[in-house]
Amino acid sequence: MTGKRKLGRGVAIVGAGMSNFGMFPDKDSKDVFAEAFSEMIAGVDKGFDPADIQAAWIGNFSNDFFVHQAHWGPIIADLTGIAPKAVTRTEGACASSTLAMRDGLMAIASGMYDIVLAGGVEEMSKCTTEEVTEGLALATSPYEGDAGYTFPGVFGALATAYFNKYGAGREHLMNITIKSHENAPLNPKGQFKQTIKDLMEARKAKAEKKGLPVPGWADEKEALWDPAFNPPVAWPMHLYDCCPISDGASCVLMVAEELAKDFTDDPIYVVGFGQGSGRGLHACPSLTSFEANKNAAKEAYGMSGLKPRDIQFAEVHDCFSIAELIHIEDLGFFEAGEGYKAIAEGETRRDGRMPINTSGGLKCKGHPVGATGTAQMFEIWKQLRGEAGERQIPGRDLYIGATQNLGGTGGTCTFTIFERR
Amino acid sequence: MEERPFSDISYRQFLSEGKFMGSRCRKCGELYVPPRHFCIACRSDDMEWHEMVGEGELAAFTCIFVAPPHMVELGYDRRNPYCTGVVTLKEGPRIVARIEGVDAARPESIAIGTPMKSDFIRLGEGEGAKTLLAFRPS
Repeated sequence: MTGKRKLGRGVAIVGAGMSNFGMFPDKDSKDVFAEAFSEMIAGVDKGFDPADIQAAWIGNFSNDFFVHQAHWGPIIADLTGIAPKAVTRTEGACASSTLAMRDGLMAIASGMYDIVLAGGVEEMSKCTTEEVTEGLALATSPYEGDAGYTFPGVFGALATAYFNKYGAGREHLMNITIKSHENAPLNPKGQFKQTIKDLMEARKAKAEKKGLPVPGWADEKEALWDPAFNPPVAWPMHLYDCCPISDGASCVLMVAEELAKDFTDDPIYVVGFGQGSGRGLHACPSLTSFEANKNAAKEAYGMSGLKPRDIQFAEVHDCFSIAELIHIEDLGFFEAGEGYKAIAEGETRRDGRMPINTSGGLKCKGHPVGATGTAQMFEIWKQLRGEAGERQIPGRDLYIGATQNLGGTGGTCTFTIFERR
Repeated sequence: MEERPFSDISYRQFLSEGKFMGSRCRKCGELYVPPRHFCIACRSDDMEWHEMVGEGELAAFTCIFVAPPHMVELGYDRRNPYCTGVVTLKEGPRIVARIEGVDAARPESIAIGTPMKSDFIRLGEGEGAKTLLAFRPS
């Protein structure tokens, strides 16, 4: 039953915006949201008056904890001039803004509204690393805290289970890191813009300048094996397996399908959406897959009538390198246990058969958790419209892209399929 | 036998008494640990307490080098990492728990599939006392 649900009426995205992602001591959540919102408005091809927005949903995971401010709906309503109309905060940990998009989708599909804003924001860099770790841990299962798990720790445990079951190892996860960092310099909004080679050269130059022994790494993997370059965080997750702490915001403008061409000749349609809920590590049926992903995929493929092989490229939630590997298998892009081999063969590179995370992913673009879902959609918007600049997927006519967004340690998973007609 | 509610509070009380307890559905026999209020297999709420044997094997693990504040207080850090894992119990369910008796500074020396037996970590005294479940190689 759940796999065949259709929207009551079609929904299109006609504008998208994203702030720069990074650590901004001189900016707060409103400042970065204003950046994203301004870009979105300016990017509506046929012009748009924000007064026409009828309602909005804003994803935010935990600014209550990170900056001691909750209730972000009305703050964004005031900032953007949407007040006194309804703006609601959604929370699904790192999937908070995809849930904002989902609420907008349902509102338009139901006929309740015709024009809505969906976005997200998070401000994390004002906290120490320890505080951020503590804040993120609020999204793990209650039992994992007692057992001493951290966020990277849960993914570290999944990695050991994956390695044991399928014969992969750390070197395979390094392929994911190296690929994300190869895309990174091409994304002007990303937090990190250096390849692993750039970072190696910088480290060598620093050693030379200080008169210290210069590391003699032969290639990226040799550097990534070196704990001085890539220290363990939660083994086998090392520093370069983990996404950074970030500030940022993103948003999309959604309208009823029949209105789309009033805003742009080139809208992007939301043709499939699915969501799943997962359980803690102790109760999940598999340690090498997220059951919530599988449910999300089943629903979204069912709604769209599309199959995994129809998806031409995707942004997936690579909060940790192992997560990217598990997602591309759960979503059916690759068979279980085969993803790491495909990655090693370059299939997920920008010029590969199935480009994954052309934005640089959470790993390089940054991960202001509440902003991530709609920021993934920003990348799909840019790629499908051929506006991704230097990082545009080469030599392909793109018409189907997808985003997969994970909240917590798999507690919430979403999968959204977009089409350019 | 035991009349306690099937809650996390009861589960932790049992741990403090040195007992590793799950809840079992009287209707379909499904076993849950930590305990559940009702059976998610058959939807019955007719549960009974079941003492676990405390044996199993390591199904997944990680060695934490960047520790959260509550573990730093116990002396764990980059130089003194700790291991936490997932154990598949003899009775079937899995449980997350600290893994003791392994060399967390050398994660390569720890193997999935290692037979494990349960243990208890006792922290603090008086009101603040807490008992955590742990496993170690058997």
